[in-house]
Amino acid sequence: MSDVAPAIELKGISKAFGPVQANKDISIRVMPGTIHGIIGENGAGKSTLMSILYGFYKADKGEVFIHGKRTAIPDSQAAIAAGIGMVFQHFKLVENFTVLENVILGAEDGRLLRPSLAKARKELKRLAEDYGLNVDPDAVIEEIGVGMQQRVEILKALYRQADILILDEPTGVLTPAEANQLFRILDRLRAEGKTIVLITHKLREIMEITDTVSVMRRGQMTATVKTAETSPEQLAELMVGRKVLLRVDKAPAKPGAVVLDVQGLNVTDEKGVQRLKDVSLSIRAGEILGIAGVAGNGQSELLEVLGGMTRATGRITLNGEEIDLTGRHSDGQSRRARGIAHVPEDRQREGLIMDFFAWENVAFGYHRDPAYRRGVLMDNAALQEDTARKMEKFDVRPPNPWLTAKNFSGGNQQKIVVAREIERNPTLLLVGQPTRGVDIGAIEFIHNQIVALRDQGAAVLLVSVELDEILSLSDRIAVMFDGKIMGERLPGQTDAGELGLLMAGMNGRAA
Amino acid sequence: MDYMTILQILDSTVRLAVPLLLACLAGLYSERAGIFDIGLEGKMLAAAFFSGAVAAVSGSAWLGLLAGMGASLVLSALHGLASITFRGNQLISGVAVNFLAAGMTVVVAQDWFKQGGRTPSLSGAARFEPITLPGAEALRDVPILGPLYAELISGHTSLVYIAFACVPLTWWALYRTRFGLRLRAVGENPAAVDTAGVSVVGLRYAAVAICGVLCGIAGAYLATALQAGFVKDMTAGRGYIALAALIFAKWRPWYALLATLLFGLLQAIALRYQNIDLGAITIPVQVMDALPYILTVVILAGFVGKAIPPRAGGEPYVKER
Repeated sequence: MSDVAPAIELKGISKAFGPVQANKDISIRVMPGTIHGIIGENGAGKSTLMSILYGFYKADKGEVFIHGKRTAIPDSQAAIAAGIGMVFQHFKLVENFTVLENVILGAEDGRLLRPSLAKARKELKRLAEDYGLNVDPDAVIEEIGVGMQQRVEILKALYRQADILILDEPTGVLTPAEANQLFRILDRLRAEGKTIVLITHKLREIMEITDTVSVMRRGQMTATVKTAETSPEQLAELMVGRKVLLRVDKAPAKPGAVVLDVQGLNVTDEKGVQRLKDVSLSIRAGEILGIAGVAGNGQSELLEVLGGMTRATGRITLNGEEIDLTGRHSDGQSRRARGIAHVPEDRQREGLIMDFFAWENVAFGYHRDPAYRRGVLMDNAALQEDTARKMEKFDVRPPNPWLTAKNFSGGNQQKIVVAREIERNPTLLLVGQPTRGVDIGAIEFIHNQIVALRDQGAAVLLVSVELDEILSLSDRIAVMFDGKIMGERLPGQTDAGELGLLMAGMNGRAA
Repeated sequence: MDYMTILQILDSTVRLAVPLLLACLAGLYSERAGIFDIGLEGKMLAAAFFSGAVAAVSGSAWLGLLAGMGASLVLSALHGLASITFRGNQLISGVAVNFLAAGMTVVVAQDWFKQGGRTPSLSGAARFEPITLPGAEALRDVPILGPLYAELISGHTSLVYIAFACVPLTWWALYRTRFGLRLRAVGENPAAVDTAGVSVVGLRYAAVAICGVLCGIAGAYLATALQAGFVKDMTAGRGYIALAALIFAKWRPWYALLATLLFGLLQAIALRYQNIDLGAITIPVQVMDALPYILTVVILAGFVGKAIPPRAGGEPYVKER
């Protein structure tokens, strides 16, 4: 390397949370004007490391050098002063403030707002021109999309004259188009000499944009390589510690009789907005139907109606028998009794109770099962035993039924939900965003379980915003836009480009 | 109903609205910073007692005011310690403040003055006296405007003018200063404030302290201006009415003024018209007295539009990834 000092150099950083060693003796050098990727599974310690760099946590041991100078970062204020800006995974914005107010918060000049706002307005205009970061300064945060909100976070950092920008899982909430826009912006920032650290668990992003990449596993830095000299397969192996299959390995489907038939489904929400417009579809036994679409185009409502969480009009039959859509038997309990299992989109809100033990969570929805009951009481011992067995089979780590749900990583939380639903051998499995925020080791596992269920003859309805997931897992693909089904395609006969057009409401050819 | 009667009712509306307004603004600062404060009542009560007691002993209403603010600040610090530093439940801490004040004031009053839990009657400099604004008497004979100026605008104690001045001041502080921006932000999303390099704890303590000062003035007003001395439970639920007014006002200063004036008006009408004779039926005095409380219930039941409280209200701030 040349004699230029690294923008960031960490030496021997260690951090423990109680008995858990989140970071173990980590050293890393990030050269100025580059995009440096940090990749690792959930819980590998990436976020902890960056939170230390941003002064959110204090390291137990180790030194930080910024542009060759040893720098102590006891709090966020010090990080900002050292020229470090951070875009968190969950945005730190005040929702009912304008863009301008959010940008100046904490970086006002003087006690009065008016001059600060005027100055920031001018500065935002300049930043918009320099980096292509166009945002309406007077827009209120809660009224703009996530992509825009993320730009505001970047603007916040730039307004504080950050020349080192850390982005924590920035594409987790973005659509493919928004992610591409973000990458163009990052490209531009790099061209202007900014140093960018990109934390992600998505290999595609690393390969697409970074110059160098560091891999973390279980709190340790396992390798730092030049992106051009590595491959997704090699990175995946470094991350997980074993060979990982990046493609879903599945045999062609052998569809049987129609299991689910939906005709003319309509849903209007409490605000009077029609969320589902005359949706019709069918799924056969032994078949996975993938629903592609940008979040918020009716997929959630479709899952909710089928799962018994929302009422609707229309006609749904399961194995030829009609399902109650509005009456007494339109709840989740009745749906489960009919053999419909549901892995909801948001595992933390709908799939689990975060403060309950794993074994309690495994009972939900099935707590009336005679196997879990002893007279009027719950048979907790049986339930705990059953949970331990499921955890073993689904490789939940740590396999301890007595841990509360919030103590598992995202991937392991999802495995608990998937285990609960799949182990019931449902005739129809509803799965929403099965791998959102899940690390690749667990993704591979969950995908294989879904395929295995299909091969046993179950019908699967898969909703995902990840096009890759839809394309690799589905036997048929339906695209939703604005509450309607835009069309159906076969995975072998379409590509991301065509699906992307349908997702944007443009019908390229006759459906 | 003649013009003078209307003026008198409005005059008494103003006087009765003042403690509500001060308490409402106190709650506004606290809740805008994300600290729910159900203890407005207790802080006012403690301030009323200590201001009454010190004024009675020292003979100075202003020393009484200082004592009232001090007592209220101590309770604020208690609430702050429990809910900010130790991240306890803000409702429970507030209720504790109320109980503490309700019991302590009577016990201490009995111990000090031996008059059955009240302070001696205040007179002279121990009470805030009405201020006659310049020209009030001279202009009294000008039709319409003269009596309006002399009756309604002039002739209140200095605390009344301070209370009303607090409304534009609060608006200005909230929407035109750096402090206000940060205060509003910390009640909506403390993580945003923290990552911006500003102390969440510092801001919240500042808000709770301002709340204490305003409750102190409200309590002192009750004991040394509106009435002449402290009596047991003299706040009579005003702290809760102020909280209802705060929701009604959607946590905004000018709306807070209107809301508290409305409550003040109801109290003034109840005070003036004991029984209202509508010919066929007579509305008894109890109904009139209950009006402000009924309105409180109606507002809290959410019949009056949708009020969105500060999003981080009631939640202790814990740093997370």
